[in-house]
Amino acid sequence: MATTEIVLKEKQVQQIKDICKQFNNESGELINVLHKTQSLFGYLPSEVQVVIAQELNMSLAKVFGVVTFYSYFTMTPRGEHPIDVCMGTACYVRGAEKVLEEFKRQLKIEVGETTLDGKFSINSLRCVGACGLAPVVIVGDKTYGAVTSADVKNILKEYENK
Amino acid sequence: MELIKVTIDNKVVEVEKGTTILGAAKKVNVDIPTLCHFKLHDMNIENKPGGCRICVVEVDGRKNLAPACATDCTEGMVIKSHSVRVINARKTVMELILSDHPFECLVCAKSGTCDLQSLAQQLGIRKIHFEGKKSSYRLDTSPSIIREMNKCIMCRRCEMMCNKVQTVGALSAINRGFDSVVSTAFEMNLKNSTCTYCGQCVSVCPTGALTEVDDTARIIRALADPSKTVIVQTAPAVRVALGEEFGMEPGTIVTGKMVAALRRIGFDQVFDTDFAADLTIMEEGSELLNRLGKHLAGDKTVKLPMLTSCCPAWVNFFEKQFPDMLDIPSTAKSPQQMFGAIAKTYLADKMGIKREDLVVVSVMPCLAKKYEAQRDEFKTNGNPDVDFSISTRELAHLIKQTIRDFDSLPDEDFDRPMGESTGAGVIFGTTGGVIEAAVRSAYELHTHKKLPRLNFEELRGLEGIREATIDFDGLPIKIGIAHGLGNARKLLEDIRAGRSHFHAIEIMSCPGGCIGGGGQPLHHGHSSIIKARQAAIYKEDAGKAIRKSHENPDIIKLYDEFLGTPLGEKSHHLLHTEYFNRKK
Ligand code: SF4
Ligand code: SF4
Ligand code: FES
Repeated sequence: MATTEIVLKEKQVQQIKDICKQFNNESGELINVLHKTQSLFGYLPSEVQVVIAQELNMSLAKVFGVVTFYSYFTMTPRGEHPIDVCMGTACYVRGAEKVLEEFKRQLKIEVGETTLDGKFSINSLRCVGACGLAPVVIVGDKTYGAVTSADVKNILKEYENK
Repeated sequence: MELIKVTIDNKVVEVEKGTTILGAAKKVNVDIPTLCHFKLHDMNIENKPGGCRICVVEVDGRKNLAPACATDCTEGMVIKSHSVRVINARKTVMELILSDHPFECLVCAKSGTCDLQSLAQQLGIRKIHFEGKKSSYRLDTSPSIIREMNKCIMCRRCEMMCNKVQTVGALSAINRGFDSVVSTAFEMNLKNSTCTYCGQCVSVCPTGALTEVDDTARIIRALADPSKTVIVQTAPAVRVALGEEFGMEPGTIVTGKMVAALRRIGFDQVFDTDFAADLTIMEEGSELLNRLGKHLAGDKTVKLPMLTSCCPAWVNFFEKQFPDMLDIPSTAKSPQQMFGAIAKTYLADKMGIKREDLVVVSVMPCLAKKYEAQRDEFKTNGNPDVDFSISTRELAHLIKQTIRDFDSLPDEDFDRPMGESTGAGVIFGTTGGVIEAAVRSAYELHTHKKLPRLNFEELRGLEGIREATIDFDGLPIKIGIAHGLGNARKLLEDIRAGRSHFHAIEIMSCPGGCIGGGGQPLHHGHSSIIKARQAAIYKEDAGKAIRKSHENPDIIKLYDEFLGTPLGEKSHHLLHTEYFNRKK
């Protein structure tokens, strides 16, 4: 689970501290703090969790426990083009799993991972509320509907030179 | 207080409102099996996640079975604790747990004392009807503790001990669903976490997921090596608990049989850590008087209160969590390490052997002592003062491998000189004991008068934080006592905030002190066992001819022949240590 070590810049540490302060440094607000911090950095590397644990005066193990409990939180940076595959019931019954498998096969990464060149990452989501388009795949800001595994190659191609 | 009436298996019982079904059942001696639930009465320790569901019972008028440990009684409730439906449900729960458990019972370190194993036996499980994925985690080995999480059943007792009782926060449940497990932050090795090696998680784990590092094989190897002289020391709390491993009543004192067993196992000399406890009092007591004298003379550089330093998990705790306060604890080494330092110098000289050829083994109620023995500060040219430190449980294993009937062994006495000890050394094994021993000597050394009494009831008990004022012939000495690291934390925070009014504070990491140590026979949640051990400690003390450390003739001789004076140059070099900032 270890991510590559990073050193936070002073400014970044201050940003995390500010977020904690917005929530009165209350340990009960951990989830909100994590949420806000993740939207700032895109992910929650261990170094960020260390600062949060300190600021909220709680054990690092507990913070890590919460980060790993919710699939929404991630400790790996998302790719330049994050791929989200909806696994809600409608998408699932229409073959979303096969689509997801195909993305994994082509990119040679698992769900929650990022390709070595940092270009793509894969995530599976619960229902995104676009059931009419099932199965739905979202890459960055762009939504694709009625995706089949045969479409995967073409979708990836769109981003290859971006 | 509102009373309500419930019926369990046709027995009517009246309980206070807020009592669980489990609590009510206990009152009428109805045995409901539990697994995740854990409670140490009178010590404020309870784990109640209601997660495993092994304790389910049938409640009239309710559709679903209710977990007895997490369901409160209501007026008129009618409960069946072992209907066919209940028994079947419990079996299913057990089979589901076992479907993700490695079948290694025959070679598991917990075999015979494992709650999961005995419950499976009790429920008559003969076949697992479910097949599923099995968890697979890497083994995590530290100097004291092994984590084998494939055997974890997620009862979360360890997490409760580490977070609520000890406030160490090394462990937490992580992940979700099938992947959930109790782990350290970022799944780092325990060695790199905030863990203090207090071993309280090990002492409550119902399975073989958490166990101590087993050093018995290395000891057997040393015993078989003709070029080595192997000696052993035994801590005070061991003798009042070891008997439990051989089916004796809790609180049975087995000092003599333990010594006899150690000789039969093959140790060349059998000594007593109590001797070193007396030595600790000489040094720590003198340090207290010294600090106190300077403080009273107005020296502002002297820090008070002075905190005891004989508990290695406590030392780990303040080095990792209070690195700004390293100058507050006494610099005196723990008795285990004082023993080692004297054995490898004074004793080795007397025996005419090199320190490298002398192997010092210690038997401790503690797992943190394993780590302590490996600290670099306690080595000379790489050779440790204490070579191996084993727990009371490991000693029991060693005895079982060698001796048929422990019960019928004769009572034998320790060897001399490092086997002579006083009642003050014995009470080191319980919360309140170290400070009582210190008071007995410090009083006489300070006032030059004979103590009017020897028992200080005001320092005894099992309350988590206690305080008392002892009159040193006109000088009121304020004493604080804490056991359990959560309680210690409170006193430390008071000191940090300048709110502490104590002169001296005794701290032991484990609930009850060493008698409840992480290396002791498992108490399975019975606090009566810890109480019985404590009573035995005071009984052993009362029966001793000498009960003050400074009157131990072999300690007096040790200073005459070798050390000089307490806090003198040689003592300072051999018997005192320093602390390091280990905060990460
Ligand atoms: S040994 Fe003590 S400090 Fe370490 S994990 Fe177990 S309970 Fe926590
Ligand atoms: S390691 Fe032991 S005490 Fe901790 S959750 Fe697992 S089974 Fe329970
Ligand atoms: S013992 Fe009651 S739910 Fe586990």
